[in-house]
Amino acid sequence: MAAVAELDLRAERPGPPDDSSVLDVRDLRMRYGTTDVLTGVSFTARPGEVLALLGPNGAGKTTTIEILEGFRMRSAGRVRVLGVDPADGNEQWRARIGVVLQSWRDHGKWRVRELLAHLGSYYAPYSTDVVRRPWNVDELIEAVGLTPHAHKRAGQLSGGQRRRLDVAIGIVGRPELLFLDEPTAGFDPQARREFHDLVHRLSDVDDTTILLTTHDLDEAEKLSDRILILASGAIIADGSADELSRRMSTAAEVRWTVAGERFVHSTHDATRFVHDLFREHGYDVADLEVRRASLEDTYMALVREVESGGASEAVHAFSRERADYVAEEAAP
Amino acid sequence: MNPKLVAARNGVARGWIELKHTSTNAQDLMGYLFPAVLLLTVMFFMRDATVPGTDFSLGARTLPSALGMGIVFGGMVNLAQQLMVEREDGTLLRAKATPNGMLGYLVGKITVASGMLLISLLLQLIPGLFLLEGLAITTVSAWLTLTWVLVVGLVATLPLGAVVGSLFENPRNFGIVMLPLMGLIATSGIFYPLTNYPTWLQWVGQAFPVYWLGLGMRSALLPDEMATVEFGQSWRHLETLGVLGAWAIAGLILAPIVLRRMARRESGSSVAARREKALQRAT
Repeated sequence: MAAVAELDLRAERPGPPDDSSVLDVRDLRMRYGTTDVLTGVSFTARPGEVLALLGPNGAGKTTTIEILEGFRMRSAGRVRVLGVDPADGNEQWRARIGVVLQSWRDHGKWRVRELLAHLGSYYAPYSTDVVRRPWNVDELIEAVGLTPHAHKRAGQLSGGQRRRLDVAIGIVGRPELLFLDEPTAGFDPQARREFHDLVHRLSDVDDTTILLTTHDLDEAEKLSDRILILASGAIIADGSADELSRRMSTAAEVRWTVAGERFVHSTHDATRFVHDLFREHGYDVADLEVRRASLEDTYMALVREVESGGASEAVHAFSRERADYVAEEAAP
Repeated sequence: MNPKLVAARNGVARGWIELKHTSTNAQDLMGYLFPAVLLLTVMFFMRDATVPGTDFSLGARTLPSALGMGIVFGGMVNLAQQLMVEREDGTLLRAKATPNGMLGYLVGKITVASGMLLISLLLQLIPGLFLLEGLAITTVSAWLTLTWVLVVGLVATLPLGAVVGSLFENPRNFGIVMLPLMGLIATSGIFYPLTNYPTWLQWVGQAFPVYWLGLGMRSALLPDEMATVEFGQSWRHLETLGVLGAWAIAGLILAPIVLRRMARRESGSSVAARREKALQRAT
C-alpha cells in the first residue's frame, strides 16, 4: 500500500494528468532483479502524432514499448495508453492498438490474403461509426504494396515483403495507436520510401498515433513529429529534429575556398563567422557551405555525454533550455 | 455480435484453414501416412500370431489398441508440439496482440488437432478393416462406442497437451515427454496384452489414459468374446469413463491456469530470446 501511495505521489510531479493524450507515461521504472533498465521515463503523445524513440542498444526501448503494449508488467510509474493502464487493458482496448514487433516468422503456411482476412475478422465486433474495422483486405494489401503477392504463402515472402505483411497485420484493425519496432529493417530504398508514405497516410488521413523505434536517424527525422532519445533508462531529449539540433549547442561546420585553397572551420555561431569571413575576404570567398549539426551529430553528442557519466549536467541543461523554449513559444 | 462468440467462430474457421494447410505440404502428409503405413505393416505381419488364450489374430487386436494410442498422440503430443513451435515462431504472441486472439487461437488448435487425429485414425482404420480379419464394426453400438471413446479421449488428452506444451519452452526438449510416453505405451497393452506383466506394471499402465483408450477402442472394434482376456473379463466401460474423466477434469482445471501463465509471459523479447538461443544451437 505504501508503495502505491509513493508511486502516485511521484506520478503527480511532472504535471497534471492529461486525458487528451494518447500516450501518457510518467516516471516509468523497470527493474529486473537488481538491474534498473528504466529509471524514470516520462513522455506524452497527442492524437495523430508520430513519435520516434531512439537510443543505443540496451537503452530500454523494447522494454518501454512492451510495457505500453501491455505485454510486460512495469515496476513503477504511471502509464496511460488510450486512457487505460495497459496492465489492465481489456480486449476492447486491445482492438484499438496495433503492434508490429521486430521480427515474425509466424503463420508461414498461411497465404497473405487468407491471413489478413482471418486476423481482421477479430476486429469486426469493435467496429464503430467513426472507425470502421477491420480494414478492407484488398485495400490493405494494396496499401502495403503486396497485391502481386496476395496469394503467396507468408513463408515464401522475401524479408522486405514479410515485413510489409507484418505492418499490414499491425494495422488491419485500423488502430488508433500503432507501435512499430524497427519497421523498415531489411527494406530496400524503394520499399522504405513506400513505407514512409504509408506512415504519413496513417497519421495524416487516419489520425493514427504512431510510436516507432528505429536505428535510422534519417528515417526518424523524415517520419516523426517528435523524437525521444532514450539512454541509460531515461528520456534524455524530447523534441523535433530541428529543435534538438538547435538546442543542443553542437557546432556547425563552415567550408569555403579562398583563391583555390580549401578551408574548414567549426563554430557555434555560423552566422557571425560567415559575416566576418565576407568582411575580411569579400568576393574572394567561394564554394561556401554551412552545415548545421545533423540529427546524427546531435544524437551522438547527447548519447556520448550521457554514457560518459557527465550525463545529468548536459541533460538538465538541455531540459532547461527546452522548457524555456516551450515557454517562449507559448507566450504571445 | 458478442466478440467472444465471433472469436470462437473465427477459431473454428482458423482450425479448418490450418487443417487444409496440412494437405498441402510434404511434412504434414508424411505425418499422416508414416504412422499408418508403419502400424499397418506391423499388424499385417502379426496377423497369424494369436492373442494368448484365444485363436484371435494378434494383428487384429493391435489395430484398435493402436487407434487408442493414436488418440494420445493426436490429442496430447500433437497439440503440445504445435504450442511449443508456435510459441517460438511468434504465432502465440500474434494471437495475444489480437483482440480475443488467444480464444480464437485455442479453439483453432483444438479444431485442427481433432481434425488431424480423425484423418490419422481413418487412414489406419479403413485399410485395417480390409487387411485384417475379425474386426467387427457393423453394428450401431460399435460406432457409438467408437465415437464416445474418441470424444472422451480428446477431452482427456487435449488439455494435457495444452499443459505440456505450455510447460516446455523449447521444442527440442520434447524428448523429456516422449521417452516416458514410449515407456508408458509399452506398459499399456497396446501391442501385447498386459496379462502376463508384473502386477505393479499393470497398475502403472492402468493409471494413465493410454491403456483405457486402447481398451475402449478394442471394446468398439473387437467381438465381445475378446473381453474375456481383458482384466475382469470385461470391457470395463464404467472404469474407462471414470479414469479418462478424471484425467479430463484434471487437465481442464490445470490447462487454463498454465495457458494463462504462459500467455502472460509472452512478449516480443521472449520470442526473440528463444530464437537467439535456437540460432546459437544451430551454429
